[in-house]
Amino acid sequence: MLGVRLMTGDDFIQRDLAAHPLPISPGYKTSMFRGPTRPPLSLKTSMADLTGPVFGAEELGARDNDLILNYAKEGLPIGERIIIHGRVLDGNARPLRGVLVEIWQANASGKYRHRNDGYIGTVDPNFGGCGRCLTDRDGRYVFRTIKPGPYPFRNKINDWRPAHMHFSVFGHGFAQRLITQMYFEGDPLIRHDSILNTIPDEAARDRLVARLDLAASAPLDTLAYRWDIVLRGTRATVFENKLQGN
Amino acid sequence: MITPDALGYLPETPSQTAGPFVHIGLIPRQAGFDIFDNNLGTITLSPEIKGERIRIEGRIFDGTGAVIRDALVEIWQADSFGRFNHPADDAPGPRDAPFRGWGRTGTDFETGTWSFATIKPGRVARRHGGGSLAPHILIWIVARGINLGLLTRLYFEDEAAANAEDPVLRLIEQPERRRTLIARRAPGDGNAYVFNIHLQGAEETVFFDV
Repeated sequence: MLGVRLMTGDDFIQRDLAAHPLPISPGYKTSMFRGPTRPPLSLKTSMADLTGPVFGAEELGARDNDLILNYAKEGLPIGERIIIHGRVLDGNARPLRGVLVEIWQANASGKYRHRNDGYIGTVDPNFGGCGRCLTDRDGRYVFRTIKPGPYPFRNKINDWRPAHMHFSVFGHGFAQRLITQMYFEGDPLIRHDSILNTIPDEAARDRLVARLDLAASAPLDTLAYRWDIVLRGTRATVFENKLQGN
Repeated sequence: MITPDALGYLPETPSQTAGPFVHIGLIPRQAGFDIFDNNLGTITLSPEIKGERIRIEGRIFDGTGAVIRDALVEIWQADSFGRFNHPADDAPGPRDAPFRGWGRTGTDFETGTWSFATIKPGRVARRHGGGSLAPHILIWIVARGINLGLLTRLYFEDEAAANAEDPVLRLIEQPERRRTLIARRAPGDGNAYVFNIHLQGAEETVFFDV
């Protein structure tokens, strides 16, 4: 739709930093010590940024995207059974095929399977809390899992995270690399969340909220939520002089 | 669900911090459990892979000077011929197909050290304008308190001539900031380079927006 393009090889459209969190956000205290204070140096897309690791289906296991079964030991994990699905697109609205999507999350009681998680919530012996898949030819991904619980975290003394899934996504180029979090429509904790509120733009925050998708639910079995992910698009080479660059 | 703008472009999904438990999803063994048959991110250096074997290592410091022990680090680099293992790098010439060029690890929970055993990348041809870039490795870090993944570039101390003419290094106005991107040979270990990253402060590393 926006000019002719090969699958790879065009420069990325510059990132709209206004649609991202501020590196230093007073409401999220740790960022005050860890966010860079100086502006990043802007570069033209170099070959290192344009390229990135390519993953193959043979590298993943058949149950890697089924968190209900991929760590089940003596039974099934406890909690609401859900499907999370959607597409990975680029900023030109094209599906990104064969890209790696990885997720991790707390269990139904808001507890992570992690040696550093000190929350009182209970570890579920049948739930690992991570999964991964490659997008199909239409850019679609799907996971089956347990809806994570909310949990408190140390920021302000009564800060709670809304239920959320962590997502890590690769595009075709390393400059598209993204880690983010997905929330669930209707969760009253969303508007109080110090992490989500690091994003100043309300419309941008809303793009991290998955919608209930009854039509994709499995009747009498599993509810579904839908969430699409957009990675950076590429600049259509409509008319261009050769420029010096890197 | 995502509304295109008037020209049909879609806005990028916003970033969020990877949080303190990023290990679960990306390097679950460090979180303390085994789940996948194949753990991604280990750099395989089989004997047929060409190039000088090196180790790169370092620590990440916050604005108070404290070491960060819960970060995740990824690298992406060219092979010893300066070629990336990706279809977009499609120019003719030799390349090292078995070398993937991507690695992922966590900073140690005790010491805060990260390290990769890899090969030294070759010089990469510039996309425009001829010539080549000094050998470099992209480094991407995410962690609790980092709201948008931070991208930087590692260059090598012993490539002084190539570094001096590298267009990216030359873009950095202040010479002392340029030095934040130069990995130093570790004393007493000829194959190791040290690259410390400072998120804030006088030695703040140069990060890139590409």
